[in-house]
Amino acid sequence: MQEKVLMKGNEAIAEAAILAGCRHYFGYPITPQTEVAAYMAKKMPKIGGTFLQAESEIAAINMVYGAASTGKRAMTSSSSPGIALKCEGISYLAGSDLPALIVNVQRGGPGLGGIQPSQSDYYLATRGPGHGDFHVIVLAPSSVQEMADLTGKAFELAEKYRMPAMLLADGTMGQMMEPVVLPDPVETVPEKTWAVTGTGCAREHRIINSLDLSPVNLERLNLERFKRYEKVEAEEAMWESFLMEDAEICIVSCGITARVSRNAIVAAREKGIRVGMIRPITLWPFPKKALLNAADQVHDFICVELNMGQMAEDVELAIRCRKPVARCNRVGGMIPSPDEVLEAIYKAAGKEAGK
Amino acid sequence: METRRLTLFAGHYGSGKTNIAINYALYLKRAGYPVAIADLDIVNPYYRTKDSEQMLSENGIELIVSPYANSNVDLPSMPKEIYGLVCDPSRYGVLDIGGDDRGALALGRYAADIVWENNYEMLLVINRARPLTRTPEDTVEVLREMEQAGGIPFTGIVNNTNLGLDTRAEDVLSSLAYADAVSALTGLPVKMTCAMRSIVPELNDKIGNLFPLEIQKLYYMLDSEVRNGKTDI
Repeated sequence: MQEKVLMKGNEAIAEAAILAGCRHYFGYPITPQTEVAAYMAKKMPKIGGTFLQAESEIAAINMVYGAASTGKRAMTSSSSPGIALKCEGISYLAGSDLPALIVNVQRGGPGLGGIQPSQSDYYLATRGPGHGDFHVIVLAPSSVQEMADLTGKAFELAEKYRMPAMLLADGTMGQMMEPVVLPDPVETVPEKTWAVTGTGCAREHRIINSLDLSPVNLERLNLERFKRYEKVEAEEAMWESFLMEDAEICIVSCGITARVSRNAIVAAREKGIRVGMIRPITLWPFPKKALLNAADQVHDFICVELNMGQMAEDVELAIRCRKPVARCNRVGGMIPSPDEVLEAIYKAAGKEAGK
Repeated sequence: METRRLTLFAGHYGSGKTNIAINYALYLKRAGYPVAIADLDIVNPYYRTKDSEQMLSENGIELIVSPYANSNVDLPSMPKEIYGLVCDPSRYGVLDIGGDDRGALALGRYAADIVWENNYEMLLVINRARPLTRTPEDTVEVLREMEQAGGIPFTGIVNNTNLGLDTRAEDVLSSLAYADAVSALTGLPVKMTCAMRSIVPELNDKIGNLFPLEIQKLYYMLDSEVRNGKTDI
């Protein structure tokens, strides 16, 4: 185990990626994720890796496509408007069944929006960020420690299922500093049976491509891909339950708002209100089963988000609208205070008591 | 540490410059100096001097900060009042310099006047728990880059080794040798060793130049945050 250090969330991602064996970073600066690129710029040349500041976000994601095609661990990072630009390339990665890591440290939108934190790219990330039928694995860290731990996990999952993975953090997660114990270094990245590395005149050509002009073949490829997605949904959902054993109200929240909610839950319990939280760690696959089980137990859900209620729709789908899902939202870079979340808890508890 | 008219805090980003600058301004104010604090950080979008605006104003400390700081406008501009502070010998100034060489670049605008007056401390804030300044050699590299960008030679070192609110007295004690090594490599004295107030009693008789810090709180930071549970990732 490594010694505890003090890191910004963005730095933790960069260092964890290096420890996971990533030696190819392509990026373009944008607040509030610039420290990922700055850290890579300092560190990569010292360890024989590649740091490249591309001419645009679109160029960067296509460089990731190239590096990933050779079976190497490759990544890019950006913030919301930059991720929107990358969507074309992400679709090509998905269409070519390439693993890669895309980091999105979200800021307020739409448009150029602001530079303060948000979670408003939830739809963009979980619905397949780009054209065509596809998914990416979406991981939502809620501490600097998780920024580090989930980065390595993202590479592993991406390679296991041959699909892109997105680390979806909010600006606060990127900028805040916390003590972190970094993961141990990965000694050897697994060899790929599909990578284009030169035949050496000793084997058949391998081809990485997203184009298939035969409708029969293309349908087959899509169906095969969705079989894989089914497996991901069945096996890879991650969440954390907090004080759910006896809960009658369930908060659903991720990232910085899960931490605010946690404090509100503790305050509410001091007043005798039995409230808990299910914190999704993977947003795709969404922890549907955990939520559906909770629907039998609680009388109300409250979804706390830095958007206008995007994840709340997934909660309603997961619980098949069996119980009401209240919204507690702040947007534009604002973060709810624990008191605001507490207010939403009182409302749900009061409604049940017939007040 | 002897009081100079201008005290400049610079260092690797995340080393704790802003927190120390605010604490030092309070310290000067309590000692009776007319003091202003200026935020020269044009790099970082979050966690800035402006977060402590109300507390500073309650304590009668003038805050000089870009009108765009903490707004949603990501515009690196410097307010004219900084030049006023640099050139007005009747006021004491604490200057919070941006992180790394890119942040220190803005200082170059005022370097000639500051060096000419020659009544300043240019302090390098160091934290051994930060990943890019773990060794004395890496720390000196940051120092050289900043000196080159800012145009003002450093005059001393502030050892601010910490792990945020998790910092224990032994973390500070075990960093003393590191700070001495940076000092030996650069020939600069360690002017202060910082520690948050809660661990000061354990350090008081062990460190001569101890500077107690009040940690500046942000509006969503809580007295005792309930941490995330352990999850199997």
